[in-house]
Amino acid sequence: MAARSIAMTIDRVAVRFGGLVAISDMSFTVGESEIVSLIGPNGAGKTTAFNVMTGFLTPSAGHVTYQGTTLAGLKPHEIADLGLIRTFQRTSVFPNDTVYDNLLIGLHRRGRVRLLDSILGLPGARASERRLRQKASELLEWVGLERRAHDAAGSLSYGEQRLVGVALALAAEPSMLLLDEPVSGMNASETHRFVELIRSIRDRGITILLVEHDMPMVMAVSDRIVVLNYGRIIAEGIPDVIRNDPAVIEAYLGHGAARA
Amino acid sequence: MRAIITILAVAALASVPLWLRDPYLLNALITTGIFVIGAMSLNLLLGFTGQLSLGHIAFFGIGAYVSALTSLGFDIGLPGGLRLVHTPWPPMIGFVLAILVAGLCGYFVGLLSFRVRGAYFVIVTISFAEVVRLVALNWVELTQGPLALTNIPSIALPLPGFGELTLRTKMQNYYLVLVVALVAYLLIARLVRSHFGRAMRGLMENETLAVSVGIDVTRTLTIAAVISAAIAGAAGSLYAHYIRIIDPEVFAFINTVTMVIMVISGGKGSLAGPVVGGLIFGLLPVALRPVMAPEAQWIAYGGVLIAILFVLPRGIVPSLAQRIIRRRSGAPALAPVALTETGAKEPA
Repeated sequence: MAARSIAMTIDRVAVRFGGLVAISDMSFTVGESEIVSLIGPNGAGKTTAFNVMTGFLTPSAGHVTYQGTTLAGLKPHEIADLGLIRTFQRTSVFPNDTVYDNLLIGLHRRGRVRLLDSILGLPGARASERRLRQKASELLEWVGLERRAHDAAGSLSYGEQRLVGVALALAAEPSMLLLDEPVSGMNASETHRFVELIRSIRDRGITILLVEHDMPMVMAVSDRIVVLNYGRIIAEGIPDVIRNDPAVIEAYLGHGAARA
Repeated sequence: MRAIITILAVAALASVPLWLRDPYLLNALITTGIFVIGAMSLNLLLGFTGQLSLGHIAFFGIGAYVSALTSLGFDIGLPGGLRLVHTPWPPMIGFVLAILVAGLCGYFVGLLSFRVRGAYFVIVTISFAEVVRLVALNWVELTQGPLALTNIPSIALPLPGFGELTLRTKMQNYYLVLVVALVAYLLIARLVRSHFGRAMRGLMENETLAVSVGIDVTRTLTIAAVISAAIAGAAGSLYAHYIRIIDPEVFAFINTVTMVIMVISGGKGSLAGPVVGGLIFGLLPVALRPVMAPEAQWIAYGGVLIAILFVLPRGIVPSLAQRIIRRRSGAPALAPVALTETGAKEPA
């Protein structure tokens, strides 16, 4: 692996809910503009890991560092301010607003103007508003949803809602994007286009951490894969290595399969 | 289209005192207008952030008392044998102070309750209103308790070069309330269409997602509470200087309920909703007075409210707007078109 500077360090993170261990001692790093996938069977602790990295959950032990800042004690919106933006498995849109308005809400971080300025309609606020609208249109084009701009986001298909979710995350100007099962609910051609989208996001220098069940997609897009099982990392490496790792095959297919 | 309706509505409201000479009806319109301003401020919280303030009348009443006491003056004893004496100031200063003090109360209530939100906010606001009522009732030295503050002066507008204009007639007060209502309406309209308004909407629709794109929940809701409380305070001040007598009954729970009914029936989350609902439920007592006893009127309000919500479940304005849109596009709207009023769709 070429030497990249490290974007995120997960250092001996553990999460326990009472007696249940969701994550025990997880450590790995993600390099700048790298695409890393976090995989593992259901219940392995992938989404929990996401929640820790984005401040929705406080780890029982260990800590996460992003670009030199330790995330301990930061609220989710403060972590978003660092450029660390996530998408969600289920609730990925503002359902009652149009796709276009969704993106305007998502552009919150870019359009901070003084409240009084926007109430009085001062030139600065108007210019900022024009920039936001311009930006929202660009984002729609980027993810390929121009035609749906004026439909209520809640009326879109699941696949399209996922795209809105990603566009929303991009609107928040991430330097690192955490995608939680982005292609579930998408058909094969949608997935294919989504892989292209992920690559184009990375080409703009955005680091990506992906949680996904769609193995062909993960293998195709990832630079590196981290495999979790029962809250522990059982393997880590490039796709070709992971594909043939006995521990991984066992985790996914059971004991017999690994021996066979 | 919307602009035309707004201009026509304002023109119609402005023309009322020119042809309506009945002082009783004009009086009903003025008090209704004052409550409409209160309902608009409640709608800013309930309709645009989803937070129900069931003690909203507290901000209204605080505005009324602050404004009344500023213009009446007071002389109260403080612990340690000190006395605080305030000589009367012009009512306009009372109006400004009412807005500031009510806004400050909104800030503290917001700060206290928005860390937990939802039901807790409802409970905190109810308790707040009750505490304020008890203070108004029992701090007799300041508020005269149940004896009420009387002889509150009418608002006097300072006119540079001409001295001042004291608003004594019903017509003058009608226009004062209309102007304040318009300013409040425009303020709320600007607010909900702004960047800040989108943050409020995002929070109401999907809080987790809103937070993840960098929206600060506590800050956004607290600002909304401050503005909402300040507008309610302005309405309270108008009320004090128009009615010219204030007693602790102004804090009665039923007054908050009236505002909630105005908002829900007109359509929460729509700008015109509280105005329409407010006019209906503000003027209904006038219409019903000749035909039934006050006790029976309450039953009638209930009936009207149920009827409105049965036929137009999302409130009058949003439901009618949706019907018009559907008829025009010829296709049923799939998703609930909430906030039709605010989702200003200017071309990109």
